[in-house]
Amino acid sequence: MTADETLDCLGMICPRPLFETLKRLRKMEIGKTIEVVGDYVPSIDEITEMMRKQGHGVVSVTTEGRVWRIVIRKMR
Amino acid sequence: MPKLTLVAFSDDLDRAIAGFLIASRAAVEGWEVVMFFTFWGLAIVRDPKKRVKKEERNERMVASMLPRGADELTLSHMHMLGLGTSMVKKRMSAKKMLSVAEMMKEAKEFGVRFVACALPMEILGIRREELIDEIDEICSVGDYLREAKGADLNLFI
Repeated sequence: MTADETLDCLGMICPRPLFETLKRLRKMEIGKTIEVVGDYVPSIDEITEMMRKQGHGVVSVTTEGRVWRIVIRKMR
Repeated sequence: MPKLTLVAFSDDLDRAIAGFLIASRAAVEGWEVVMFFTFWGLAIVRDPKKRVKKEERNERMVASMLPRGADELTLSHMHMLGLGTSMVKKRMSAKKMLSVAEMMKEAKEFGVRFVACALPMEILGIRREELIDEIDEICSVGDYLREAKGADLNLFI
């Protein structure tokens, strides 16, 4: 699927991808999806755990080499 | 919900980065976070756009020697007359990090409470009117102790 929005976190180090994801989510409408792209591997767990904790949907997590893509649906 | 109290005592760039990152990270985790800016740490929350006329010579001297806000902070090590600090700032932006001033705004956005301590403000001659608008209140050491007593984690940076 293609997400409604994308967020480029390539080159960013933890916790920046998480912070940027949270700030962007705040501005989005409920039900919309966003694809976050990054290459700092520890951020995968940091972001997905936080999304689950905050009740957002983690639609998919894919990796290709160092690059990861997380699709999130804003739920609340 | 856990609570973090953090004393920002220093005006070192590196310590300020650590402080804001820890504070913001805890805040997005849902923690209640209070940052106490005291002594040299008050320099971080000076607003470079606000100038207050000071009558006393000593106050004017201190005011001119203290960094005027987050963008003027320097490294605790390897400052090397500004060379090291500017190198580290370049490295930070190459790694897509925010500046300390931006980190401070972000911490506020994530719900961190900013408090400035009254006694060192008196000693250094820093007025409320020259601090950034994001300061929520001015406190005494007694207020700090009350907040810290109820916290799960207290840091002095």
